[in-house]
Amino acid sequence: MSLLFLQHYWCFIVALLGALLVFLLFVQGANSMAGSLGQTEGGRRLVYNSTGRKWELTFTTLVTFGGAFFASYPLFYSTSFGGAYWLWMLILFTFVLQAVSYEFQNKIGNLVGPRIFQFFLTLNGILGPLLLGGAVATFFEGSNFFVEKNNLVDGTSLTPVISRWANASHGLDALLCPWVLVLGFAVVFLARVLGALYVMNNIDDEGIRTRGRGRLLGAAVPFVVLFVTYLVHILLKDGYAYDDEGVIFMEPNKYLHNFIEMWYLSVILLIGVVLVLYGIIRTILSKNYFGGIWPAGIGTVLTVLALLLCTAWNHTAYYPSTADLQSSLTMANSSSSEFTLRTMFYVSLLVPFVLAYIAYAWRALDRKKITREEIEKGAHVY
Amino acid sequence: MIHFLSIDPAAIDWARAQFALTAIYHWLFVPLTLGVGLIMSIMETKYYRTGDTFWRTTAQFWQRLFGINFAMGVATGIILEFEFGTNWSNYSWFVGDIFGAPLAIEGIVAFFMESTFVAVMYFGWEKVSRGFHLASTWLTTLGATISAWWILVANSWMQYPVGCEFNPDTLRNEMTSFLDVALSPFAVDKFFHTVISSWVVGAVFVVAVSAWYLLKKREAEREMAFKSLRIGAIVGLIASVGAAITGDESAYKIAEVQPMKLAAMEALYNGGNEQDLTAVALLNPFSQPNYAEEEEAPMRLAIPYGLSILATRSIDGFVPGVNDILKGYTRADGRVEPSAKEKIERGKKAIAALADYRKYIADEKAADGSDSIGKITAAKEERLQVLKENWQYFGYGYIKDEAELVPFIPINFWAFRVMVGLGSLFILFFAYILFLGWRKRDIASMTWLLWMAIILLPCAYICSESGWLVAEFGRQPWTIQDMLPVSASVSDIGSSAVALTFWLFLLLFTSMLVVEISIMLKQIKKGIN
Repeated sequence: MSLLFLQHYWCFIVALLGALLVFLLFVQGANSMAGSLGQTEGGRRLVYNSTGRKWELTFTTLVTFGGAFFASYPLFYSTSFGGAYWLWMLILFTFVLQAVSYEFQNKIGNLVGPRIFQFFLTLNGILGPLLLGGAVATFFEGSNFFVEKNNLVDGTSLTPVISRWANASHGLDALLCPWVLVLGFAVVFLARVLGALYVMNNIDDEGIRTRGRGRLLGAAVPFVVLFVTYLVHILLKDGYAYDDEGVIFMEPNKYLHNFIEMWYLSVILLIGVVLVLYGIIRTILSKNYFGGIWPAGIGTVLTVLALLLCTAWNHTAYYPSTADLQSSLTMANSSSSEFTLRTMFYVSLLVPFVLAYIAYAWRALDRKKITREEIEKGAHVY
Repeated sequence: MIHFLSIDPAAIDWARAQFALTAIYHWLFVPLTLGVGLIMSIMETKYYRTGDTFWRTTAQFWQRLFGINFAMGVATGIILEFEFGTNWSNYSWFVGDIFGAPLAIEGIVAFFMESTFVAVMYFGWEKVSRGFHLASTWLTTLGATISAWWILVANSWMQYPVGCEFNPDTLRNEMTSFLDVALSPFAVDKFFHTVISSWVVGAVFVVAVSAWYLLKKREAEREMAFKSLRIGAIVGLIASVGAAITGDESAYKIAEVQPMKLAAMEALYNGGNEQDLTAVALLNPFSQPNYAEEEEAPMRLAIPYGLSILATRSIDGFVPGVNDILKGYTRADGRVEPSAKEKIERGKKAIAALADYRKYIADEKAADGSDSIGKITAAKEERLQVLKENWQYFGYGYIKDEAELVPFIPINFWAFRVMVGLGSLFILFFAYILFLGWRKRDIASMTWLLWMAIILLPCAYICSESGWLVAEFGRQPWTIQDMLPVSASVSDIGSSAVALTFWLFLLLFTSMLVVEISIMLKQIKKGIN
């Protein structure tokens, strides 16, 4: 295994975790419309109890995504988290609020009442996907930062910091870029599409399933419009490429070239998009079909995986700097050492085993769909 | 080269304060997860083996309390991981090659196990078999414990960096032995001491809640309280003795690799052979003592030879004090420890040699376009030689004043005494409860004992947090012992931004804690029904 192979491999693992995270945002999507899906307090509780059995998976995937990125591409971890401080802090805040909201909302002794925690779940349901989608968009659009490793040995500075954000907004500037918002909102609506499909599959309730179909249509139309717009945008835009010497330069239609040169990514993307559309359309058209979360979920993973790999493979700078082109991060200049990547390669062989037990436990819990009766009598309900 | 503005020193303090705040809050919830996790798993095992529904109800009761606490642990935990990047970005780059690995493994191996099976534990009672449910409960506890392993491996590496080498071409430390990192003796000790002491917190919690039911003479919970108290006391006694043994071993390791931390824990200004152990002294808890001038801490009561035995395992072993470490001393094995002044000078030499090496490579590349990274030439070797000779003290090159090298002694001194004092009290307490049980005495009628059990609950938290204060404050000014000080680890974020997030986190965590305690108390009051 060469360093080059390992860098590609770890890029794949991180992208896969990112893709799984986007799929698991169905938790946020369903929470963002729990009110309209559930309508009554009882209906809302059904939705929260349904997503409440999966939220920790989303959360854990986010944490593992961060950990895997740290281990394999520490310069990204250092540059992006330390630079885009406010963007990441906002993401963290919403996820922290979500983490306690399930357990606390309907417990006796909750001094502040259930509404505030339901508000937190809605807030996380919208802001979480928006900001995470926005963060992914910066992989295409670029961010405003400098990296200068030699500062570590610059005797004149008080603190030898190797990277800094080039403006005082520390990451919030990304939200001023309209394309970042386009992808951000595309992810918000995708999360809502997946959320509607998930609760329709997971909850055995006529009312929720009927309303879910309506919500699904309402989310699918803006999602498709925004997603197609963004896809066309990245195919037409200039991209950040680097040569064998590691010198970064702008290449017209770089991402289009990537999809042509890495045709297999185009195939994955196409299959992904078709599966997502199939899951949506069949659910809308067929009154008795509730399994749309599976094709749409798998489709989401494939689509996001192809998009993320397109930002990094094929001599592409995955975290471009708009402040200083040569500060841009590439797989080659930001990865861990060969030794660490190889060691972590062996650890990553556990991933299929982890996925297998998650699938087994998920199946065991979801064999019986959630009903109102279960929520009334269950030993542990939210 | 792009020159950045130097960031203000207050930013370092705020970044430290924010990390300390998050870690202290996180550590309010983790010990209970580990401790109650073990006890509820034992209870469910009893249900599995006997089929007695009493044990099912009991296990479910403790699992409800576990769940309330668990959510807070998860919420505060995510911030810690990301704060390495947000607030300590230089650190994340400088050692990310080594430090990132345990964090990633923690996610892949432990967090998924925890989060998958905790859902089965909560919701699976009517959906999966008894065996699968029991396995899920144990796997939840095991997942939390494995998670502790990896994060403590990461923390131990910061206390005692092993298995790595500095690469002057990438300007960072790189891992050379995964096993040295993952199975470092420091990590093994730290893991056992931390996890076992967390079982003490869990045991005190179970005993305190049970005692409250007995005090209130709650008939519905009487049997549960008695049996839980018994299991809690057994786990508590074994764990508190275990914590003392592993703690002793930890102190021995600290003496070996972090002598300044030990000197601060002991407020030992001037060391020597046949060193006695300070039991207590009237050390001002709020200001750094004048260690350079004073002979020893005021009104000191000491145990003869105690510190020499603790630190060197021999009666006459030499234990260095703060001033010895600053002035330089000879170790028991004959190695000479240079003075702080010399270390700082050699650190500066190492940094200058590295800068020279980087410049040479850059000039060479600019002149003929060749990239000699990875290739060995005589000119490069010459520069690297100076770096190698002084590399050991590289981190000292960032130290401006040798007073920075002395951690804040009062916190270390008092936190260590609180930890050891309370830990010893727990041994006596659990032993006494079990003794009373053995003599068939009616504990329910011993009001003072029941009250004491309740009073000891906050003490268990104070004891546990004190352990962390010693571990982390004692390492100052280092993020990574002797390798990278906090001033060279921090992100380039203005102090006002970090101060703002500090206050936001404080407000958020405190509000969440108030709600959590309120819910916990109501759940306890509600009882098993």
